[in-house]
Amino acid sequence: MKLRQGQFSFLPDLSDDDIRVQAQYAIDNGWAVSVEYTDDPHPRNTYWEMWGHPMFDNPDAAAVVFEVNECRKEHGGKYIRVIAFDASPGWESIRMSFIVNRPATEPGFRLVRQEAEGRSVRYTIESYAVREPEGARY
Amino acid sequence: MNEMSNPKMDAKKRYAAGVLKYAQMGYWEPDYTPKDTDVIALFRITPQDGVDAVEAAAAVAGESSTATWTVVWTDRLTACDKYRAKAYRVDPVPNSSGEYFAYIAYDLDLFEPGSIANLTASIIGNVFGFKPLKALRLEDMRLPVAYVKTFQGPATGIVVERERLNVYGRPLLGATVKPKLGLSGRNYGRVVYEALKGGLDFTKDDENINSQPFMHWRDRFLYCMEAVNRASAATGEVKGTYLNVTAGTMEEMYARAEFAKSLGSVIVMIDLVIGYTAIQSMARWARDNDMILHLHRAGHSTYTRQRSHGVSFRVIAKWMRLAGVDHLHAGTVVGKLEGDPATTKGYYDIFREERNPMALENGIFFDQDWASLNKMMPVASGGIHAGQMHQLLTYLGEDVVLQFGGGTIGHPHGIQAGATANRVALEAMVFARNAGRDIWNEGEDILRDAARTCTPLQQALDVWKDVSFNYASTDAPDFAPTPEVSM
Repeated sequence: MKLRQGQFSFLPDLSDDDIRVQAQYAIDNGWAVSVEYTDDPHPRNTYWEMWGHPMFDNPDAAAVVFEVNECRKEHGGKYIRVIAFDASPGWESIRMSFIVNRPATEPGFRLVRQEAEGRSVRYTIESYAVREPEGARY
Repeated sequence: MNEMSNPKMDAKKRYAAGVLKYAQMGYWEPDYTPKDTDVIALFRITPQDGVDAVEAAAAVAGESSTATWTVVWTDRLTACDKYRAKAYRVDPVPNSSGEYFAYIAYDLDLFEPGSIANLTASIIGNVFGFKPLKALRLEDMRLPVAYVKTFQGPATGIVVERERLNVYGRPLLGATVKPKLGLSGRNYGRVVYEALKGGLDFTKDDENINSQPFMHWRDRFLYCMEAVNRASAATGEVKGTYLNVTAGTMEEMYARAEFAKSLGSVIVMIDLVIGYTAIQSMARWARDNDMILHLHRAGHSTYTRQRSHGVSFRVIAKWMRLAGVDHLHAGTVVGKLEGDPATTKGYYDIFREERNPMALENGIFFDQDWASLNKMMPVASGGIHAGQMHQLLTYLGEDVVLQFGGGTIGHPHGIQAGATANRVALEAMVFARNAGRDIWNEGEDILRDAARTCTPLQQALDVWKDVSFNYASTDAPDFAPTPEVSM
């Protein structure tokens, strides 16, 4: 299973130069780029761990690639994403988000069905990885 | 313009019993400067032969506000000067003889706050059947901020929709389930599952899928949600399917929407034909229940398509942004349905911008401030395929749902392959655009390169490489680039 979150997850894995080019696009649009990681890839896990603050005043995407690689040294077995934040009025949210690192194996998600009244089913999805405690996954 | 340009009369003569020209009754005020709080409507009028354009414009102002066909003394019990709509400007339509643009201003107190039904009962009420006109078209409206603020606006809006779906930086992808009629619930859910697992964000009921003998609505909702959740587990993404809750009564629509909510759907859908009040009610329900609201514009072409008569879609778009839907179909430019690029750009701007400056080339006649109402997500649907991705991204931008129905389900190697082809084409095109490539001119190369590592995309490009719909549009902006004629 390949986690398909992020705007480029159907393309081949991005090289460091690809990451730099995309991060530079964000910077050139005035967006703050940041690096985040997680070992809980549930699609509604909004708050991945922050690898430092968003790089608000950074003009050079090489610094983003540097931070991605620093993050990989410590969290290389987890998911790492690059996001770009746009503070302009009427948006004030994320503009870009793409995965730049994955665990070696991605076990995927279990779909749990709870049969309810009538023929209704209550669905829950859960990453197989989160059965282990935080830090011991992947 | 003629003998009526100075229509003021003394009150005694004005209110004597009998019939007066509308212009003389005070509905033509060439010196009037619209107030910031006035609603302004721009009509294209085609007077009957021998009817003066100014008198026709005044008649439209009259019939869409306070007037009746004869003088009534009871006007004098009211502040009638205020309540009278005022035609203040009449211009010949460039290159169209016998047609005129009439600008009419309405005092804000003529309208009930927060009611599209009330607004439209005046503006497109009796006046459209008025005999002295051959044809009448509502081209555009300026809605004052004071009035905009009385409406809820889109229940969710583009930004929060993206946050809920966890999808940023690329257009959303969808597909309408086909065939649109006849599938059983079980078979229908199969299409949903395959398309979502293959890479789409959304699938969609068509406008006329409600609850028919071949598939009752509960069956559809149950199988569709099984498909949505299976696809979500298979990809780790939030997925959705527009469950169409359109029905014969509000009670039934609420019941269907509640069931969709209980099953965990992120989105429900309604059709334009349910009417403005029903749309506003569903928008309020959607806001109260954290639900994205998709509106299919079923029926609009009966009144939006002809250039001389009806209501422009840009006006419908403005009303729907006020009414509070999140998604609305707005044309593809390159697909099978009506839409020239300049006009379609005007629609998209109305959906997505905080402020629309006047842009005659796009059919936008007024500056319009949206006063922080949420933005609507345009939906591009109808005869589009992966091979057009560079054109779609260039024309339509990033905040749009691209819906490939036939372009997904018609893929020679199946629905999942069709969905994957579309998603790969989309991501490759966005990547290339961000990297600074000229996607308009290099689009085909970019797709070909992406297809090297994606067989389904190569198959899609081979099958649909020659499909295009190049017909002249029936509706395009009429403007002359010389300011003294057009504005």
